Amino acid sequence: MSYCWPEGDFPLIFERAKEGRRGTRPPRVEADPEALFGPELLREAPPRLPEVSELEVVRHYTNLSRRQIGVNTTFYPLGSCTMKYNPRALEAAAARFSDLHPYQDPASFQGALALMYALGEYLKAITGMDAITLQPAAGAHGELTGMLVIRAYHKDRGELDQRRVVLVPDSAHGSNPATASMAGFEVREVPSDADGEVDLEALKRELGEHVAAIMLTNPNTLGLFERRILSLTEAAHAAGVQLYYDGANLNAIMGWVRPGDMGFDVVHLNLHKTFATPHGGGGPGAGPVGVKAHLAPYLPVPLVEKEGDRYRLDFDRPKSIGRVRSFFGNFGVLVRAYVYIRMLGLEGLKRAAALSVLNARYLKEKLKEKGFSVPFDGPTMHEFVAQPPAGLKALDLAKALLDKGFHPPTIYFPLIVKEALMIEPTETESKETLEAFAEALGEIAARGQEDPDWLAGAPYTTPVGRLDEVKANRKPVLTYPFD
Amino acid sequence: MDFAPHTEEEIRAMLGALGLERLEDLYAHLDHELLNPKITLPPPMHEDAVLRHVEALAKKNQPGRVFLGGGVRDHFIPAIVDELASRGEFLTAYTPYQAEASQGILQAIFEYQTMIAELTGLDVANASLYDGASALAEGVLLALRATRRMRVAVDRRVHPEYRQVLRTYLDAVGATLVETEGDEVPDGAGAVVAQYPDFLGEVRDLAPRAEAAHAKGALFVVATDPLAVALLKPPGAFGADVAVGEGQPLGNPMQLGGPHFGFIAVRGKLLRQLPGRLAGLTTDHAGRRGFVLALSAREQHIRRAKAKSNITTNSQNMALRAAIALSALGPEGLKEMALATAANARRLYQLLLEAPGVRPLTRPPFFAEFALILSKNPEEVRRKLAERGFHGAYPIPEYGEHAALFAATERLTEDEIEAFARAFWEVV
Amino acid sequence: MNVPSDRRYRDTHEWAKLEDGLVVVGITDYAQSELGDVVYVEQPELGREVEAGEAVAVIESVKTASDIYAPVSGEIVAVNDALAEHPEKVNEDPYGEGWLFKIKPKDPAELEALLDAEAYKKLLAAEG
Repeated sequence: MSYCWPEGDFPLIFERAKEGRRGTRPPRVEADPEALFGPELLREAPPRLPEVSELEVVRHYTNLSRRQIGVNTTFYPLGSCTMKYNPRALEAAAARFSDLHPYQDPASFQGALALMYALGEYLKAITGMDAITLQPAAGAHGELTGMLVIRAYHKDRGELDQRRVVLVPDSAHGSNPATASMAGFEVREVPSDADGEVDLEALKRELGEHVAAIMLTNPNTLGLFERRILSLTEAAHAAGVQLYYDGANLNAIMGWVRPGDMGFDVVHLNLHKTFATPHGGGGPGAGPVGVKAHLAPYLPVPLVEKEGDRYRLDFDRPKSIGRVRSFFGNFGVLVRAYVYIRMLGLEGLKRAAALSVLNARYLKEKLKEKGFSVPFDGPTMHEFVAQPPAGLKALDLAKALLDKGFHPPTIYFPLIVKEALMIEPTETESKETLEAFAEALGEIAARGQEDPDWLAGAPYTTPVGRLDEVKANRKPVLTYPFD
Repeated sequence: MDFAPHTEEEIRAMLGALGLERLEDLYAHLDHELLNPKITLPPPMHEDAVLRHVEALAKKNQPGRVFLGGGVRDHFIPAIVDELASRGEFLTAYTPYQAEASQGILQAIFEYQTMIAELTGLDVANASLYDGASALAEGVLLALRATRRMRVAVDRRVHPEYRQVLRTYLDAVGATLVETEGDEVPDGAGAVVAQYPDFLGEVRDLAPRAEAAHAKGALFVVATDPLAVALLKPPGAFGADVAVGEGQPLGNPMQLGGPHFGFIAVRGKLLRQLPGRLAGLTTDHAGRRGFVLALSAREQHIRRAKAKSNITTNSQNMALRAAIALSALGPEGLKEMALATAANARRLYQLLLEAPGVRPLTRPPFFAEFALILSKNPEEVRRKLAERGFHGAYPIPEYGEHAALFAATERLTEDEIEAFARAFWEVV
Repeated sequence: MNVPSDRRYRDTHEWAKLEDGLVVVGITDYAQSELGDVVYVEQPELGREVEAGEAVAVIESVKTASDIYAPVSGEIVAVNDALAEHPEKVNEDPYGEGWLFKIKPKDPAELEALLDAEAYKKLLAAEG
C-alpha cells in the first residue's frame, strides 16, 4: 500500500498568490456600490483572499489531497468511528437533490419529504423506537437533542429541579459528559467492572430521584455487549430515570438487536458511521434521534408527517424543545443513508453487522498472537481495545503504522486502559488486510523492542515527521501571518 | 449488497479460527429475548435500481428558479469545487488526529480559518460548526462564558430560526433571553446579538450598537453573511467581538437546507473560549512546516464535562468547499459576486414593488434579501409562483400580516428577473 | 521526586507556602512531570473569593487539562503573569518561578490541615 507525496515544503494557498491574478469569474452586473449602499457602509480594505488562477487552485487542492489519507486510500480502523467504505452510489444519489431551497412550497419537494419520511420509518424500525427527528447535524448534536428531550420530559412532570444528575460510565466517549453539561446537568461517572461492563451494583447505588438519565453505548467502548442491559434499564426505570443510547457503536448489532428492546428511551444514530455516509474529514454527519412514545411530544420541530400520499412538515408541537438548528436537517446526508439502507435491506444490514464482528474478533486473535494484550477479552463485538507488548507506547506504534501504509487505530481511549489501541476494522475490510495489519503491528513491536530509537523517531515516510505540539499550543498561530 | 469482500470460504475459515460455525454464533451470548427482532425493511436493491428509484423520487420535486433567502441562497458554485472537495482523500478521512498523514485536511482547515478571519475582520476562526443557527448559539454561549453573565439581548431582526435555536440552547443552561429593538442594551447582558445584514436584508451601521454593548460590559455577537462582507464593512471593523453565520452561500449547494456549515470568528483575546476544532501552525523535528489540531484542551475528548462545547464532527467538507470557492474567486471575484447579488436584489425589489397592493417592508440599503407586504396570503402567492416554475415569497408572519421574504443572487439574468416579476404581478 | 520541606501539600498535588502573610500556591514536581509540557495556565480572577478545595485554575498540557484546587480559603490577590509568556516555568521550576497565584488567607490555620512534606512523600510512594 503506497501513496504519493509531493516533495519539499508545501506552499499555502496564500503563498501561491500574485497581486492582480484572477481565477474563476462569477456572473457580473455593472453597478455602483456607493449608489447601492452609500460610502460609509462599504468595506475599506478587501479581505486578503488568495489571488490565484483556477489552475493553481486545482493543483493546490489536488496536491493537498495527496498529503491526506482516507478510507479510499488506506485501512482506517479508528475505534467507535466505523470507517467503512462509503459507496460512491450514495454521492450519485445525493446530487439529484442539490437544487432544492428549504423555503420552497412543500408541495414542490414531495419527493424529498417522502425520502425523509421513509428514512425515519426505517431508522425507527432498526432501533425499535416510536418517533424520530432527523434534525441533528452530528452525533454530539443528536446527544444534545436527546438530552434536551429528557430534560423537557422531567420538567413537564415537575421533576427537573430534583433530577440534576446524569450518569455516564468511565469508559464513555468525552462527548457524553460534555453534552450533559450543555444540557444543564451535572455528571457523575460510574465505574466498569473487571469484565469491562458497567458495574451494575455501583450503578444501582447511584440511582435515585436525583438522577435524570443514564447515557450508555452498547456495545460499549471496549467493544463488549452489556449483557445485563435489561436489568440495568429496569432498575433505572424503577427510579424514574431515563435511558439514553449513544448509537456510535450500532454497527455491531444493527438488525440483530434493537436499543428500543433493551429498554432505552432515547437513541441517537451516527449516519456517517453506521450508515456509510462519508466522514468528510470531520463532517458533515447526521445524528437522528429516536424516542419512545412518552418522549415524542418533546422532539424538535418540524417533524415530517404523512397524510395519504402527501407529506408535510409539522410545526404544531406545543411541547417541543424548539429547534436545534435551522431548516430540517442535513438532508444531503439523509439521502445517502437512505440509499445505503435501500441497497442493503435487512439481510444486508445484519450481514454487515455480523461481518464487522467477525472481522474484529479475528483481528483480535491475530494481534494476541503477536504479543498484544487485550485486558477486556470477553466476546468482542465490532471493536476491541488492545495494549502493546510491555514497554511500548501506543503513540509510537501509531506513528510507525503510518510508515506501513495504515491509518492507526484510536489511541489513548478509552481512558480506563493504559496505552490503549481502540481498533474497529469494519465489515468492508478483507481477511488479507486484517492479516497484513496484524503482521505490520507485530513487526513494529518486535523491531521497536530491539531498537527503541527507531520507534521513537517514526514516522519517516510521511510528508512531515512528528510535529511540535507543545509549540503549537504555547504560541498558537491559527491564521496565516500575512505581515 | 453489503460491500463486504468476504467469500463464503473466508467466512468459514475465519469462524473456524474462532471455534465458531455460523455468523449467528457471534451473537450467541446476547439475551435471546432480544435477538432477531421483527424488522420490516424493503428488499435490497442493486446500484442501478436504487439510482433509478432515487431519480423517480427526484422527479416528484420541482427545482425551478430560486428567489428565496434566509441565509441559504442559490449562488454560483465553480465547477472545480465539486471535483476537488469530493476527492476520496478529503471525503473519506475523519478527524485529523494523526497529523503526519493528515496534512491535506489540516492545511485546508488552516487556510479556511484564515479566510473566515479575513472576511469577518476578526482575529481567529474555528474549523466550522454545523450551521448558522447553532453557530449563533455557540457564539452566544462563548460570550456568556467570557463575561460570566447569564443574560442575552437579541434583536428582533435576527433570523427567527436562529432565535429559536438560541432559546433552546440557553434554556438548558438557565440563561435568559430578552428581545430588543434598536441600540438599547439591558443591564446585566453578557451578549448583545444582532444580524448584519438583518433577516429582512437591511444593512445598517452597527457601530453604535457595539459601543452600547461594550459600555454595559457585554460582548457584541453579530450573525453575518459571508458574501455581503466581501463588499460591506465586516463585523470586526464596527466593534463586534464575535461573528458567526451560515456559510452556505460560499461554494455549497442549497440541498434543502443541509448539510451546510456554520462559521465563528472572534477577537484574539477570546481565542481560548472557541468551541470546536482549530488547526495550528508548527514545525516537525526536522524544521519542516506542518499543521496540527491545536488547543485541544478546550474540546470534549480532553475536557469532557468542562469542554467549551460537545461538538466533535462538524462540517469540514462543506467548509473545504467554501475555501476552494474563495480561492477560485479571489477577492475581486467575490466582490463582483456580492455586487451582482446586491444589484440584482435592488432591481428585483423595484420591479416587484410595481405590483398592485405591494408595499415595502425592507428599506434600502439591503443586500440579497428583502421583505414586502403583500395584499394577500403569501402562502398562496408562493404556491402559484411554484406552479409557474419560480420559488419566491417565503411567508414571514412574525414581521407583519402578509409579509414575505424574497432574495436575488448573481446567478439571475435580467430575463429571469423580469420573468419572475411578470409571474409575480399576475399572481399577487 | 523533589518535595521541599518548607511548605504544605494537598493530596491533589498543589503546594502552599505562607510568605509575608500570603499563601503562595503552585503544583508539585510530581504533578508537573505527570502533566508533561505545560502549554497554558488559566488563572483565577484577581479579587475572587475562593474556598479551600474549590477548583480555581486550570493547567493545560497538550493532551490534558487539570483542575488546580485552592489549598486554603481567601481572596486571590496575585497571579503569576510570567506564565502567560512562559508556561514552561511550571515544568522547569515548579516550587519557585513556576508559582501560580497567591491567596490572602481567611484563616492561616487552614494550612495545618494540609499534608506536610513527609505525609506527601508517603502519598506519592503509595501512588507509585
